Amino acid sequence: MSTAAARPTPARPTPARPTPGQTVGPFFGYALPYPGDSHLVPPASPGSLWLHGRVLDGLGAPVPDALLEIWQAGPDGQVPRTSGSVHRDGATFTGWGRCATDGEGGYGFWTREPGPVGSAARFVAVTVFARGLLHRLQTRAYLPPRDDAEQAALERDPLLQRLAPEQARTLLASRVDEGAVRFDVVLQGEGETVFLAPPASSAAQPERPPTP
Amino acid sequence: MGLEAHPTSPTLARERPAPDAVPGTPLPALRRGSTPELLTQADIDAEIAAEHAASAARRTAGLAVPATRNDFAPYRSSVLRHPTKDPVQADPEAVELLAPVFGERDVHASEADLTRTGTGEPIGERLVVTGRVLDGEGRPVRRQLVEVWQANAAGRYAHQRDQHPAPLDPNFTGVGRCLTDDDGTYRFTTIKPGPYPWNNHRNAWRPAHIHFSLFGTQFTQRLITQMYFPGDPLFALDPIYQSTTDPVDRELLVARYDHDVTQHEWCTGYRWDIVLTGTHRTRMEAPDPGEEHA
Repeated sequence: MSTAAARPTPARPTPARPTPGQTVGPFFGYALPYPGDSHLVPPASPGSLWLHGRVLDGLGAPVPDALLEIWQAGPDGQVPRTSGSVHRDGATFTGWGRCATDGEGGYGFWTREPGPVGSAARFVAVTVFARGLLHRLQTRAYLPPRDDAEQAALERDPLLQRLAPEQARTLLASRVDEGAVRFDVVLQGEGETVFLAPPASSAAQPERPPTP
Repeated sequence: MGLEAHPTSPTLARERPAPDAVPGTPLPALRRGSTPELLTQADIDAEIAAEHAASAARRTAGLAVPATRNDFAPYRSSVLRHPTKDPVQADPEAVELLAPVFGERDVHASEADLTRTGTGEPIGERLVVTGRVLDGEGRPVRRQLVEVWQANAAGRYAHQRDQHPAPLDPNFTGVGRCLTDDDGTYRFTTIKPGPYPWNNHRNAWRPAHIHFSLFGTQFTQRLITQMYFPGDPLFALDPIYQSTTDPVDRELLVARYDHDVTQHEWCTGYRWDIVLTGTHRTRMEAPDPGEEHA
């Protein structure tokens, strides 16, 4: 055996081709929602934030069979690392929630204002599933600034800076009152929400047949 | 019946679909399969072939094509629900480089056996489906939530809006959860779901499938997909399966029969591995302690 062969094998297997997505379909309603799924904190509890809005289709009609999930930092700017999202204890902030839209395309989460993570602009990460949507969409709901520092963070946000103003606007949640913000998701057409994808990395783009 | 479709004209006029195509609304005429305005399977087959040719041409030209296309008109419900603009590439921020944590308090071990929800045995072919959840670098996704839901053996969901006139099974609801183990392995005991009709076009039938919901170690890896059974004769006819336009990618949606998973005088066995997209670690200061990798 050569000395080269005796070296430990690097613990990095070959990149694999990702499993494609398929639509959530029409019948997730009895499987994915669960009691308390959208209550990251108890409803209307002190310091709570009502993050709500509607999901709309290409003709501006409500989408009554969509499912939204949010994922966010806590008020302290820390990303939660605790279990308990499925069976909530009413005290632990897990940072994650799920909400099926109602008959008017509406959704709503009882959560907290995320604190700034480092010096970055504050946002809630959002995933959208729906009947008729073949692969999930991901976006960000940026929170309205509460002070000059947060305003400055929004202005230097690397994503928002690159977008045309009318595009950037689709990512800004609007302040309703001290305890409520609104964020609509427009799947298609006028005011279409900007949806996001991470930059292609070598790991995310396994071998495809070479281009002739 | 799976009231999935917005029946639209063959020219795909962008008009509001008829209100009676909204899910949950009784559609007795459709249920009898007698509505002449619906497209035929041959119409859908031709549209699928055209879309596949368009995808293949883009790939040949070196252009990116998503593995599953959201703008895939043969699936009629997608027409008004797909974005018209490409996603904007954004470097994941700190929160997006992590994923929610689930644990034993979220999921009980019994939830992985879908045949134990009633007082008796559900009707159907009992089977075990197992496999590993891996990230794009081939590393196991450990201690993470997997959710499944499916129709019963007769092709009916225990969902109030499923009006397909097939029997409900009092011993089967078709919902399960589990956590992957330290090797990324999940395992469910269930029964084989049946195919079922839906309203995408006349005489439309979905191949038998199990819905899977998966989390990775990062927000961007979130995935919901469907697992199919090998050799299903409905594959070629199904616009949802075919919305994954590359045959190599479609094959990744199909489990394989595994006689080593099959159990003596008890159940058949299928194996299906799930690979999430690659991770984006360059901005991470340190690996998350909850997801150490071998």
